[in-house]
Amino acid sequence: MTIRIFIPRDAAAVACGADDIARAIAAAAKKAKLKADIVRNGSRGMLWLEPLMEVEDNGVRYAFGPMTEADASKIVASLAKTPASKIKHALALGPTEQIPFFKKQTRLTFARCGITDPVSLADYKAHGGYKGLERALAIKPIEIVEEVTKSGLRGRGGAGFPTGIKWKTVHDTPMGQQKYIVCNADEGDSGTFADRMIMEGDPYVLVEGMTIAGIAVGATKGYIYLRSEYPHAEIALNEAIRNARAAGLLGPKVAGSAHAFDLEVRMGAGAYVCGEETSLLESLEGKRGLVRAKPPLPAHKGLFGQPTVINNVLSLAAVPYILSEGAKAYYDYGMGRSRGTMPIQLAGNIKHGGLFETAFGISLGELVDDIGGGTHSGRPVKAVQVGGPLGAYFPRSHFDTPFDYEAFAARDGLIGHAGVVVFDDTANMAKQARFAFHFCAAESCGKCTPCRIGAVRGRETMDKIIAGQNTEANLAVVEDLCNTMKFGSLCALGGFTPYPVSSALNHFPEDFGRPAQKLPAAAE
Amino acid sequence: MTAFEPWSEERTSSIVAAHTHLEGPLMPILHAIQEAFGFVPEAAIPVIARDLNLSRAEVHGVVTFYHDFRREPAGRKIIKVCRAEACQSMGCESLVKHAEDRLGIECGGTTADGRVTFETIYCLGLCATAPSAMVDGKIIGRLDTAKLDKILSETGA
Repeated sequence: MTIRIFIPRDAAAVACGADDIARAIAAAAKKAKLKADIVRNGSRGMLWLEPLMEVEDNGVRYAFGPMTEADASKIVASLAKTPASKIKHALALGPTEQIPFFKKQTRLTFARCGITDPVSLADYKAHGGYKGLERALAIKPIEIVEEVTKSGLRGRGGAGFPTGIKWKTVHDTPMGQQKYIVCNADEGDSGTFADRMIMEGDPYVLVEGMTIAGIAVGATKGYIYLRSEYPHAEIALNEAIRNARAAGLLGPKVAGSAHAFDLEVRMGAGAYVCGEETSLLESLEGKRGLVRAKPPLPAHKGLFGQPTVINNVLSLAAVPYILSEGAKAYYDYGMGRSRGTMPIQLAGNIKHGGLFETAFGISLGELVDDIGGGTHSGRPVKAVQVGGPLGAYFPRSHFDTPFDYEAFAARDGLIGHAGVVVFDDTANMAKQARFAFHFCAAESCGKCTPCRIGAVRGRETMDKIIAGQNTEANLAVVEDLCNTMKFGSLCALGGFTPYPVSSALNHFPEDFGRPAQKLPAAAE
Repeated sequence: MTAFEPWSEERTSSIVAAHTHLEGPLMPILHAIQEAFGFVPEAAIPVIARDLNLSRAEVHGVVTFYHDFRREPAGRKIIKVCRAEACQSMGCESLVKHAEDRLGIECGGTTADGRVTFETIYCLGLCATAPSAMVDGKIIGRLDTAKLDKILSETGA
């Protein structure tokens, strides 16, 4: 009998030694004369347990992690006599899907991630893949657009713009001209890795989502603009695209229909600003990644001046579920105007970091304290930055904020791409504010003055504040710069840099040489 | 590490020609040139411009906009440490300081003997296994002083 052993090919697992462990598993299986089928799956998302090895026993997968080569060899050797369910080992975690972090999730977009062999088309189809495309081909393009609109899906890249409305705009532009689907896979926010995980762990779901988008709006060509920091995602995507093309799921007749659609992966070159959609389009055209003024919207004049749908990876990856299960099934999750699920990424100084997909509405405190288990260092949580380098720092007193676009906005924060970075009490928030300016200065495209000059002036001024020079006068300069950048910048890079700066200053004034805030007793 | 080819106009032209069927081919061309020569030589810019019917200024502008494109050859080993927020929360700055002290250069530089280029990278997407680094294209998670010392020792630093 062949035993199936899983060890991820996900970059986070590989960065912690998964390739070496895969070799150790193969060697140990050979030595024990064990017939083993070693599957390089996606990650289950419990990244503190990576590299996580799973062994199948009677259809149930048992987890062991975090693995070392020695432990993996020992466990595999004992599989010759003992089934996985009976193995006693300090790193044995029981059935993977019973681990609370995993069990508490609602996985719609990440339903297959970690379960299948990411590049096996047969595996993808066996787990419900391409059912969304099948339905899309059975209805009219405008009905696809309506389905996405009714699902309540909003852009997962950060802005939260309704996806269906973007699609409708491109759908309504005259047919017969070249239209494009562009996937924004320039996931540059620190603390985010959901795009990377889905591209490495279930690339077909993105390929299928983009194909459906193409059929819906009448686009025949799609580009995935992928950041160069993600070489493993590039490999997985290209393998999936080749296989889909060979199976006739991409090409001149998608799944035998009258629709043509094909895909190409294009690599970025280390510019954070290219995650801004118009800068990304410039880059795809082979230019400097300068932000464009809007209007015209990309939906009217996008890539090479043609009507273009540009969506984030997670938005497009949510589409196959919406089509196969129906808009209502997706809409029924969530709260207020934030519908469906969000793949939340718990990162930084956190005990249980990883990918946690759940319906909107969960509180920040529940995510950090209950699911994440507090800090990795064991020290108290000082601040949490949600939404990447342009997101606000929230103190513990904001931990009751529900994960919802509007609720975060009401507290001068943002969800962004749903990265949650935890800092313990050793963090200095004045230094974090300085970094926000520094990052903006390093990554500004330079087109608009508030961002280009404001970021540099902000960094200089923060240096003076940190050195204790004329604190109040310099803080007034910082506050003024924040106002100018917020209201005068062309895009979110300059426009949102004030979020981390102002939130750090408002919630942690003592780090800036101002008296500490009086906190209500319940908050601490 | 990879051995790079010496620059030649002929080879540059053939790289350009291999990409002209693409829409907006400049970025893939620059990546391919850097992969072949290890950097984008100044002399390549007029060749690319001529072959794509662009101005030299346009090509120069693109090369200098993106952090990835090098205008000088890098050291024989390239160490990039992530210094974005998630890695900061796990103490990447003390690792950067440690490497700077051992290498005798500031982050962003190359050692005088050309052994090591040591750079900042913003986010490898390994934010739950921070701090992280990329060494000659290979990614490393849960970086600590011991792992870093091993990498530095391999360079002879």
